Amino acid sequence: MTSMDISRMRNTADPGLFARVLRSGLPWKIASVALFALIWQLAAMSGFNFAFPSFTAMIAALWEMLADGSLIAAFLRTMEPLVIGLVFSVVVGVGSGIAMGLRSDVEWITLPIFITMQAAPMAALIPLVTFVYGIGLASKVVAVVMLSLPVIAMNSYKAVRNVSPSLVDMCRSYTGTRRQQITQIILPAASPMMFAGLRLGVAEGFSGAVLAELLITPTGVGDLITYHRSIANFAHMYATIVAIVLFAIIAVGLLQWVEAKLFRPERRE
Amino acid sequence: MQLSMTTAAGSGVPIAPVREPIVEVRNVSKLYGNTVVALQDIDLSFEKGHLTSLLGPSGCGKTTLLKIVAGLLQPSSGEIRVKGKPVNGPGAERAFVFQDFALMPWASVLENAAYGLKVQGVAKSEREDRARHYIGEVGLHGFEKKYPHELSGGMRQRVGLARALAVDADILLMDEPFSAVDEQTRRKFQEDLMHLREVENKTFLFVTHSIEEAVYVSDRIVLLSPRPGRVSEIIDPQISREISPDDLRRDENYLDTVERIWTGIKKYVE
Repeated sequence: MTSMDISRMRNTADPGLFARVLRSGLPWKIASVALFALIWQLAAMSGFNFAFPSFTAMIAALWEMLADGSLIAAFLRTMEPLVIGLVFSVVVGVGSGIAMGLRSDVEWITLPIFITMQAAPMAALIPLVTFVYGIGLASKVVAVVMLSLPVIAMNSYKAVRNVSPSLVDMCRSYTGTRRQQITQIILPAASPMMFAGLRLGVAEGFSGAVLAELLITPTGVGDLITYHRSIANFAHMYATIVAIVLFAIIAVGLLQWVEAKLFRPERRE
Repeated sequence: MQLSMTTAAGSGVPIAPVREPIVEVRNVSKLYGNTVVALQDIDLSFEKGHLTSLLGPSGCGKTTLLKIVAGLLQPSSGEIRVKGKPVNGPGAERAFVFQDFALMPWASVLENAAYGLKVQGVAKSEREDRARHYIGEVGLHGFEKKYPHELSGGMRQRVGLARALAVDADILLMDEPFSAVDEQTRRKFQEDLMHLREVENKTFLFVTHSIEEAVYVSDRIVLLSPRPGRVSEIIDPQISREISPDDLRRDENYLDTVERIWTGIKKYVE
């Protein structure tokens, strides 16, 4: 608590731009991507698999598909069940997860359903879904929901359960109502783990959407993959796969950014 | 109370009766499950404006008793009266200081210190003014915008203390507030607490497992014995407040009282 301590703690602002770039780890991230590209290129040049295109051929195919609009059209198609399914999973998953965490009667009824859903191999159930909901949009939405909902709900539930009891006691001791305990303590304290669940859920949702397009009816990204595979256009097939992986990474990263901006002021610098 | 007072008097030091009880514990028992007796027939009164320590080996129910007084736990039987009125939940006249600080990691020092007032519906500008005042009072001026993870353990507990002071409760309930703090910080903290007692006209209930700490800071020490938790002895350390903190730790009376409590507690510690 000396004045020296205080000045040391205050003196963390305004490093130079160069230092900031270095500290953000950006050079390392670029190096890691470059290394990956190099290994890909070398692996393709070694000719271990005739269907494995070189990194440069894949990038060229990616560029071509971006330019002729086929990739964007396919993504828009895939987005439809993905977005509908994810919105449903987030609303229902977070809602029921919180309810399960707060009330033991809801937990008793609902938790077994989510545990079963999480444990079951969902890919095996997708053919079943087509029998019930046909081969249209509904089945694909159901596939997205089946994969993303359990992990979102389970994480929200565990997040609420893991809130430090002394924080809740603290709110109670200052005569906080149950409503204040939930909105001011439990939800903010649970939000990091809930967001971890959301990130996993979004990633699972991508799997669900692509899986549905590969297993139910080929549309969108699934169609693009199937089509280019069938005509042995492997560079294009890989380009599509890389594109959807990148898209998923960006979506998950965006979620992380939103979380830091909105919910974790202490993580901001 | 009467009974334990006579036993205490028997050991040579006169125990003053409680003239103005602000908190009364009446026949309180607490059972966990149906078998574990955490507290049995506790009867105590706490003098207004005094600092009373609950001291005892682990498992004696001292924290349980404090949480019952706070209204965070319900007693299995018996009742708690605060300022003469029975209570069965937390109230604005009592403020709690937590062993693990219980700070919100997502909130700044200022927001944490103002939180008790926020819950109680005080307007933002007023609660921030009051929080700022007490942040200064506990020696954290200049740290208002920091977050808990940027502070040391001792500083975090000062935020917890500022939060409790800001609501202007009559009674401060402190659950081993310095146990998660290193020894040097702890001594400084104890001295600051003594100073706070002079400035703020409040009643302190203080749970600790440190005999030295209890003798140092208390007007009265309630010794609890474990399994089942009971009041075993009540001691008023007759230590002059004139003595400086450094002389006090060499004071005859201080050392004797520490020794006497240790003798009483020793048999429960294997």
